[in-house]
Amino acid sequence: MEDLQLMVSGLANGCVYGLVALGFVLIYKATEQVNFAQGDMMMLGAFVAIGLGNESHAGLPFWLACAGAVVAMGAFGMAMERALLRPLFGQSQIAVVILTIAFGFVLRFAAGAIWGHDPLVLDHPVAGTHVALGPVVLGADEIAVIAVTVLLTGLLFVFFGRTKLGVAMQAASQNQLAAYYMGIPVKRIHGLVWMLAGATAAVAGILFAAKGSVDPSTGFLGIKAFAAAVIGGFGSLPGALLGGLIVGLVEPFAARYVAAGYAQVAPYAVLVLVLIFRPHGLVAQVRGKKL
Amino acid sequence: MRVPFKTSYRHDLRLFADRHQALRYAALLALAVALPFLLDDFLIGEATGILIWAIGGMGLMILTGHAGQVSLGHAAFLAVGCYANVILMDRFGLPFPVSFTLAGIVAGLAGVLVAVPVFRLHGIYLAIATLALTMLVEDIIVLTEPWTGGVAGLTAPTLTVAGLDVDRFSSPDRFYWLCLAVTLVVTLGYRNLLRTSLGRAFLAIRDSEASAQAMGVHVARTKAAAFGLSCLVTGWAGALLGHYFYTFNHEVFTVVVSIQLLLMIVIGGIGSIHGAFYGAFVVGVIPQAINIGRDWVTAALGTGAVAVPGLETGVFGLILVLFILFEPHGVHGRLTKWRTYAELFPFYRRDLFRRQQSYLKTERLR
Repeated sequence: MEDLQLMVSGLANGCVYGLVALGFVLIYKATEQVNFAQGDMMMLGAFVAIGLGNESHAGLPFWLACAGAVVAMGAFGMAMERALLRPLFGQSQIAVVILTIAFGFVLRFAAGAIWGHDPLVLDHPVAGTHVALGPVVLGADEIAVIAVTVLLTGLLFVFFGRTKLGVAMQAASQNQLAAYYMGIPVKRIHGLVWMLAGATAAVAGILFAAKGSVDPSTGFLGIKAFAAAVIGGFGSLPGALLGGLIVGLVEPFAARYVAAGYAQVAPYAVLVLVLIFRPHGLVAQVRGKKL
Repeated sequence: MRVPFKTSYRHDLRLFADRHQALRYAALLALAVALPFLLDDFLIGEATGILIWAIGGMGLMILTGHAGQVSLGHAAFLAVGCYANVILMDRFGLPFPVSFTLAGIVAGLAGVLVAVPVFRLHGIYLAIATLALTMLVEDIIVLTEPWTGGVAGLTAPTLTVAGLDVDRFSSPDRFYWLCLAVTLVVTLGYRNLLRTSLGRAFLAIRDSEASAQAMGVHVARTKAAAFGLSCLVTGWAGALLGHYFYTFNHEVFTVVVSIQLLLMIVIGGIGSIHGAFYGAFVVGVIPQAINIGRDWVTAALGTGAVAVPGLETGVFGLILVLFILFEPHGVHGRLTKWRTYAELFPFYRRDLFRRQQSYLKTERLR
């Protein structure tokens, strides 16, 4: 029974990792860039939601605050692409990696300067309510997290596979030059996908802040989410969620059954194993390099 | 502008292009040797720190700048070098020169060990694997407590070189010269490495793995060699860092240190030995500059001390963002441009150093 309880809380945690991983994958899938600042964008989204929604701050109604945070982070993602990433268009991927790592530091500092370094919790309507499902007691927030994540992943999956814009995004990453020939405005597509990633980060941030507390260093969670994205297979949306769930599940079980000290190593140990035995992730997207 | 006139193939292999260049570096070396007579103890300590970071930077530069493999895990190899050196001295009673050399070799072997399973990984995936390594190393240090002292950490013993006691606090000038000597050896070794076939192979796999393979370069073996040499040098930097910090534990070698090393070589100018030194200098000077700037602001505003947590990393990140956007070749690239401007005046063209852009193609097939 205890295991079942661990599993549910692990799943809820894993969903947040999955959502951040989803942000990585979105950007990677459409632009071939890797955004190491995704965790910090999630942190920023959480703070924006808290700043808008909490009684101690602006005190807007919960849903309005959430919508505001999602819109604001979408705009932020788009602005970031325009100001920082577009000048690097056509440069090496590594430049983007280093740029986003550095920008993550800047975001962390800015968030600390604006909202302070004390942990904050988002006020939300279902705080403290529990649902008993047979012998397992679930927090209402945990159910909400799982539901929202599954819904969002499904939506994005359909969006990428079925809509014209989604297919254009995949085309823009598969071959930029050919995409231009087909009349796809690659740079504008990049802007849109960064907007999408920003909005996803805001959703992840809201869910995270509703479940626990955030402070500026929460962005380091991005590294764990990164591990999740790689375990799932970088470039696959369901893979990102799968990876997030694996990391989320490994953590509480390792903490319960493995000697203290080894537990926090577990997610990275899984990552190393996956990298060694299935270098391109569980839902592999790569089949040998074409020249 | 001086045009070197080559009359023999040996000229291509010379360490310095001409006598003027050799003289310039000799003057720089003389200045570096004389530095302890010119500065007070605090500044010597800072200069020592810059030298150690420059060694670490060169270590990463071999791998990232010349072999083109990005590592976000070099803090792990700093840690291996640091702990190996102190453990060899404390537990096995080895003299410093031996333990120091062995520490580098241990770190190098660790690097090769890491390189073997990650051979198959390219670019981004390699960066992630090495990132995971740094995340692990902190915990591994804590878990191997009998050797590493765990959370309490270790204390570096006073070391003896050629009968002289060298200690960071009681004889900072000797420690400085020791670091300078190591820096010199590493720099010369690095410079020579670039003239060997192995060094050329590094450049080849950086620019195109497929072409390198077609030209007969054994890609996997070359990558392993790059990892090994890079970690060897990084391990030496770690060993010196241990003596520089005096006491250290697992919290010293965090992922932030790995990132800082990478940022350092980017700011300095990736792909050049100069870059490691410029980067180390910038990284060493920024915290001091921030302190001075903060004192100046407080004095001007007439308020009490302003403590802004995280200011240092924030400013550091901002500088890096600006560098990548406006001067991707780093300090070294900027200086080269100014120099070319002066040499070619008035024929310098703005697009002389324009970077070639390329359209990306994915490696994913789905």
